[in-house]
Amino acid sequence: MNETLWPGVDLHVVSGKGGTGKTTVAAALAMALARDGRRTLVMEVEGRQGIAQLFDVPPLPYEERKVAVAPGGGEVWALAVDPEDALLDYLEIFYNLRRAGSALRRMGAIDFATTIAPGLRDVLLTGKACEVVRRSDKGAADAYDAVVLDAPPTGRITRFLNVNTEVSGLARVGPIRNHADLVMSVIASPRTAVHLVTLLEEMPVQETVDAVAELREAQLPVGGIFVNMTRTPMLTDEELSQALQGQLPVSQINDALASLGFGDNVATIVETLTQEGVDHAQRVDLERREFTRLDSLQAPVLRLPFLSGGIDLSSLYELAGELTEQGVH
Amino acid sequence: MQSPHLHVDDLLDDDNVSILVCTGAGGVGKTTTAAALAFRAAERGRHVCVLTIDPARRLAQAMGLTELDNSPREVPGIDGDGSLYAMMLDMKRTFDEVVEAHADPARAEQILANPFYQALSSSFAGTQEYMAMEKLSQLHSDADAPWDLIIVDTPPSRSALDFLDAPARLGSFLDGRFIRILTAPARGAGRGLGRLAAAGFGLFTGILSKILGAQVLADVGTFVAAIDTTFGGFRERADATFALLQQPSTAFLVVATPESDALREASYFVERLQQEKMPLGGLIVNRVQDVDQELMTADSAAASAEKLEETSGAGNLTGRLLELHAGRLRIRERQHHLTERFTRAHPGVATAQVPALAQDVHDLAGLREVGELLALARET
Repeated sequence: MNETLWPGVDLHVVSGKGGTGKTTVAAALAMALARDGRRTLVMEVEGRQGIAQLFDVPPLPYEERKVAVAPGGGEVWALAVDPEDALLDYLEIFYNLRRAGSALRRMGAIDFATTIAPGLRDVLLTGKACEVVRRSDKGAADAYDAVVLDAPPTGRITRFLNVNTEVSGLARVGPIRNHADLVMSVIASPRTAVHLVTLLEEMPVQETVDAVAELREAQLPVGGIFVNMTRTPMLTDEELSQALQGQLPVSQINDALASLGFGDNVATIVETLTQEGVDHAQRVDLERREFTRLDSLQAPVLRLPFLSGGIDLSSLYELAGELTEQGVH
Repeated sequence: MQSPHLHVDDLLDDDNVSILVCTGAGGVGKTTTAAALAFRAAERGRHVCVLTIDPARRLAQAMGLTELDNSPREVPGIDGDGSLYAMMLDMKRTFDEVVEAHADPARAEQILANPFYQALSSSFAGTQEYMAMEKLSQLHSDADAPWDLIIVDTPPSRSALDFLDAPARLGSFLDGRFIRILTAPARGAGRGLGRLAAAGFGLFTGILSKILGAQVLADVGTFVAAIDTTFGGFRERADATFALLQQPSTAFLVVATPESDALREASYFVERLQQEKMPLGGLIVNRVQDVDQELMTADSAAASAEKLEETSGAGNLTGRLLELHAGRLRIRERQHHLTERFTRAHPGVATAQVPALAQDVHDLAGLREVGELLALARET
């Protein structure tokens, strides 16, 4: 096995444009990191229960649950964090107010508080992730080797993580401020890596490039670029450039098809196959150009294959294996 | 099972339709679809205004949306007698304008300077949806406006349903009882509270002050007191636009891709529209694998490729092209299977399937091409 890509990182934040497979990558990453007897937690913060669907388990409560066994005997745990529950936790830890908190919740007041101050919501969610990560500092029995946070999409990621700026309008002093400082001491440190999931298409690549710039500007640690759903070119480089120039050897294709006994239909089939070859070459060309843009971001780029059968638990193992081979462990 | 064919041109040409709403999960191509439909409608002679929410840079440039002034600008280069106006939503500015339109200058200034208002108008979950609705209703009620058709793109939220729910949620939050409680001391409205409720109220404000700081609560209180006297409830405004969307002059187009998540989201939305008695125009499935399914099956293509490899050895171009073809057929089959599930659950919904584009739209010619694909789109 090659060297590990992110030594010393125990909080992996995964973001990406909608539709790029952010949750799938987060789950596969948690699986890869759990390999060989390790214990990881994948956390979800947007209430969509995507993790439960991927691991094929019932909807997750606000409670850490074991969802899968990793290759070599590791364990993947999962947690769906809800801002209301996180606020109750917070009230209990800082004010010992759990019961009053529950009463307020029944009144709908907790929902009100997190609505009135959206920054509060984010601090509570990132705060929960940091609480779990910091368990290992205290050698707690329920500590994890790594925590993977399935975070909001790229458009909101910097704001979501930059909790200091978020609460600055909220509170300049006091407990929530201290809480935000504590969160920042984890998120902006070398123990965190913010990964971005993308496809080799113009819009997601542009969003990735923008997000990397924003994260660096905010001095947040950029981890890897995960290129999802990649397809291997079906033609050789020579054939691809022939196709791009409209010079595929039509008569050779024609003869080969005739030898297969396609008979009358050969002309139409030749035309279709040639056109598909050209489309494919254009697509590969576009993907390579987009890849170059990602490659210039000075962050490790990892590739995950397109799985034509869709995503289920077994494909998570496959994707985790791909990540392991590329240095995730 | 076949679903009825969605005839996009019929919808665009129908003078009785004055609002088209494009909705769907994030990342399915809503904005591009909205822009392409607007462009096509304009070139078919209608006077169109397209309200986009968060267009990609190049698409915005293609429509000449380089200046952000929160009002529609005419897009040059439309063939024929129609016209196209385009704008990008600036949610903070829209909110500011609502305040300015309803309050006298002194009070408006007071509201705009309030820290809670600033947070509410720029970063609140739901504000974007609320302001999209607000802008739509402004564009619609503008009697002097040159357009007779408004096409709206919806905000890129996690769930398509947010577009319908967020405004009411934000409205009832702003008109809700906790907000009333916070402002109660200032208005004497808390007097009616019983002793128990008063105790709960004390606990409530006490804890909120602890978490958020007393200043935040004070800001919320002043803000609500200030807006309360200037214009009617937020909820009523949201309700009015909601009712507009129930008119037969509105049509919703639900946009999806042939993937299970996007189609599931489309299903939820279609069911919700039926429940709300909102008019559904149809389903647009973007990024469908384009392949001729008549020539051979995926299996026979793969078998032929294998046979060629046996006879002519590996490294055979024709064999690889056949494999490529087989792969496309298999993707198409899977997509067909997924869209069919949707069709079976919603048999009456008119559907248009649009082939995947080779690249993103960069200019008006690109928009025209997408419009043609939408109009030519085949049924399932």
